Amino acid sequence: MNTADYLALLTALAPEVIVVLTALLVLAVDLLGLQDTPRSYRMSIAAGLTTLGCAGAVGWMFMNPTVGNWHGGMFVIDPLNETVKAVILLLTVLTAMLSVDCKFTRHVGEYFALLLLATVGMMFLASTEDLLMIFTSLELVSLSLYVLVAFNKQSRASAEGAMKYFLFGGMSAAFLLYGFSLLYGLAGTTNVPRLAQKLFALGPDPLATVALVMVVIGFGFKLAAVPFHLWAPDAYQGAPLPSAALIASGSKVASVFVFAKVLLFGFSQHGWGDGDAAMGGWIPLLSIVAALSMVLGNLAAIRQTSVRRLLAYSAVAHAGYMLVGFLALGSEAFGSLLFYVTTYALTTIGAFGVLGVVESQVGGDQFKDFAGLSRRAPVLAWGLMIFLLSLAGIPPLAGFFGKFYLFAAALTNDTQNLPFLWLIVLGIAMSCVSLYYYLQVLKQAFVVAADEDARPLAVPFLAHAVVVLLAAAVVILGCFPGWLLDTLHQAIGELGR
Amino acid sequence: MLAWTIYLSFAGALACLLTPRENPRATRAVAFGTALAGLMCALIGAVQFKPENGLEVITNVRWIPALGIDFSLAADGISVTLVLLTGIAAVAGVLFSWNVEHRTNEFFAFFFALIGGVYGVFLSLDLFLLFVFYEIAIVPKYFLIAIWGSTRRDYAAMKLALYSFIGSGMVLIGMLAAYAVSGLASFDLQALAQHSFAPEFQRWAFPLVFVGFAILAGMWPFHTWAPTGHSAAPTAASMLLAGVVMKLGAYGCLRVAMTLFPEGLKMWQHELAALAVTGIVYGALVALVQKDFKFVIGYSSVSHMGFVLLGLVTLNEIGWSGAVLQMFSHGIIAGLLFGVVGRMVYDRAHTRELDKLEGMGLLKAMPFAAVTFVVAGFASMGMPGFSGFIAELQVLIGAWQAFPKLAILAGVGIVVGVVYTLKTTAKVFFPDQPEAAEPHDPHAHELEPISVQERLGAALLILCTVIVGLHPRLLLDFIVPSFKSPLFDGLRKVAGL
Repeated sequence: MNTADYLALLTALAPEVIVVLTALLVLAVDLLGLQDTPRSYRMSIAAGLTTLGCAGAVGWMFMNPTVGNWHGGMFVIDPLNETVKAVILLLTVLTAMLSVDCKFTRHVGEYFALLLLATVGMMFLASTEDLLMIFTSLELVSLSLYVLVAFNKQSRASAEGAMKYFLFGGMSAAFLLYGFSLLYGLAGTTNVPRLAQKLFALGPDPLATVALVMVVIGFGFKLAAVPFHLWAPDAYQGAPLPSAALIASGSKVASVFVFAKVLLFGFSQHGWGDGDAAMGGWIPLLSIVAALSMVLGNLAAIRQTSVRRLLAYSAVAHAGYMLVGFLALGSEAFGSLLFYVTTYALTTIGAFGVLGVVESQVGGDQFKDFAGLSRRAPVLAWGLMIFLLSLAGIPPLAGFFGKFYLFAAALTNDTQNLPFLWLIVLGIAMSCVSLYYYLQVLKQAFVVAADEDARPLAVPFLAHAVVVLLAAAVVILGCFPGWLLDTLHQAIGELGR
Repeated sequence: MLAWTIYLSFAGALACLLTPRENPRATRAVAFGTALAGLMCALIGAVQFKPENGLEVITNVRWIPALGIDFSLAADGISVTLVLLTGIAAVAGVLFSWNVEHRTNEFFAFFFALIGGVYGVFLSLDLFLLFVFYEIAIVPKYFLIAIWGSTRRDYAAMKLALYSFIGSGMVLIGMLAAYAVSGLASFDLQALAQHSFAPEFQRWAFPLVFVGFAILAGMWPFHTWAPTGHSAAPTAASMLLAGVVMKLGAYGCLRVAMTLFPEGLKMWQHELAALAVTGIVYGALVALVQKDFKFVIGYSSVSHMGFVLLGLVTLNEIGWSGAVLQMFSHGIIAGLLFGVVGRMVYDRAHTRELDKLEGMGLLKAMPFAAVTFVVAGFASMGMPGFSGFIAELQVLIGAWQAFPKLAILAGVGIVVGVVYTLKTTAKVFFPDQPEAAEPHDPHAHELEPISVQERLGAALLILCTVIVGLHPRLLLDFIVPSFKSPLFDGLRKVAGL
């Protein structure tokens, strides 16, 4: 292998390189030049640099559309994962904007550097088809996120959440790695598409099933699917707000994407649309996980009085809906899944944006802290209404169309027997439950009056901007889902599988 | 022209929201203008409409090609009738809520969001679009009741929202299944209606969709949201709920469930008719023993909506046209009744207990309310000369042809209806010893006089019911030819027409 190869690889890796360099730059600037300046100034500079770096990475991908495959699937670029990476970068920028007005840390440079490193991990996760690379990038993401969750050193909850997250995460990483090693032992390759060929050549094998279960456990943790969800409520509650937002958005998008790729490419024969050839019985396994997540997530959310925990349980429930998209098996379903997870991530960040302002101005994330929000901060209240109703699946918002498309794809997969009808019935029944608890929050914001002495909230400009932007995006993606869908479908079509 | 009713209402909702909070007069002006413009559009549309053409397509734009969803609006005589009803109810609703001083801008924003959704449902030709509008109508109802409601508003609002959402969930399941099974890759109602679904499929899909819609039409035993919801709601919202929202459900039964799955209707005809008649008799009997004035009207709505459902399942044309006419007629009459009870009586007397109202000498205090209520009561009883008579007569004739025994029972329901209406009228406005019971009731003089807006609203509604009662062909000429359109081909075939 000569040096020219490395140069080519470096060019292909340019977006990731840009983000890494930005991380180092943020760290250097903050540590060397800004230690004596006020925190808000440092925060703004760091967030600005982060935004520039991410924008640069997206710009590079946009200007140099590449298609390629390096070192046998170690690093892959195609239109689809470029789209996913662009989404991840966008989510990082939004998270960075939410961080600016937070006051949980003095270590500004380190914080933003970790944020960017997590992003790099997600980007690698999106653009690899190799089990080893998947594991390594997943660890990069996880390790960064563990630290980000623990970043509020004054808060015991932050430490507790991080510890839980770390212990569960470490355990599930072990499962994942064990599963991967079994797969390698069976197939003699770490490349996901080749893995499928080898597995099918071998025929049914109990060891493959064991490996599959391990893999599902590993990714189930990242998705917070039941029964691997126990870390979620505590991590969501304890973590600094932007960290929680990142776990709920960017990390979710990347994990869903790579999980779908492993299952759909690695465990089914023809890649797309061939349910009978799915290997190792992952369909019944995943149906059960999906059903449990939808039921348990939604039912547990009813009991919550903290909005953060409520969002955590709603994330569990939404993981269940996403898994329904896995089962539908096909390019149509893959598109619908990516649409769903993208809109979900945007919506959740928006909700966290509103939550952040309420927490910093009112002092908590309990339901009662939202009382009278429509008077105290009308824009935020209407934004919250849009986000939560979208999560509940009320048209014409993006969350509704995402669910609708997911269900339609799952049903059209096999129109003779409608094998997933029961899951869809369950999913729709559970979204009725979810409307109940989302309305409880909205009731506080719109119906319940605030205390006598409650003043209008001083909403920071950036928070306003993020909320308005995201609310508009949720409405527009709901009314005109076409353009994101077409982009996704076109990209999936160009995969040529 | 008809389509503008939708756009105007949503624009009006936004405009109302943006009017300054401290200036209810401006909001009212905008609201009244919007409602009036909507009614004008509906009237002009109705005049231009040619019933003999059957279904007239208004707009047809590709919306989400990936799923075969179009933004297509169309009208037949049934839609026109109901759009007219909505226009009238909207104007009357604004007139009757002239005294809303608390958060006026938000009140009318929710009000017109609801109205816009209702117009949209009546005009949609695409099933997906219809569903979107149907669900848009849910959320405003919740807030209208929860914020501006009276007794047990929390409970009533949540109950109504969940019942509606569960109903629409059932519809969603049926609709997705129909989409998948038909294999048409289209949500066009006409295309779906012309596809003949397998009888086995219709056997479960029909009741699912029909009951899903009928929940909102107050079908027994899923009616319990109606009395609580109606009585907790502010006047304008009860007028809309009973006046048009319940019609959404009935319209969905006719437009979606019956046209898509005509054979399913044949299979379940008798069971559904039995439920409808139970609703008629049960609603009337329960209304007889209510102590709360609004609950009387609430249960009478359940009873009258039973006629609509009974007419729909008769499977003959006279029953259908009677059902549609009854939708219009009940919309007007229920609006009037709730206007009197909620606005004229309750807002002044601050009680709805029949026993307390008895002693207040309301006849003297507000003769206008008494006269209006007597007229509305006559109309509600089905006296000839009012719209209710001809509508219920047609339903009974249709029912007599299909199920004679049930028709007799329904007739009993009418008799009970006469009893409770007369009893309530007598008790509230004509107590036994009007002079003996505190001739100089201290409250009597405090009651503010009936305002011009209330007089106008009441006059508008009375005018409508009398005109239609005296000259029913005005509407029947719209309604009857609608059943000849291709949309109803399957239904006519099953009915043997």
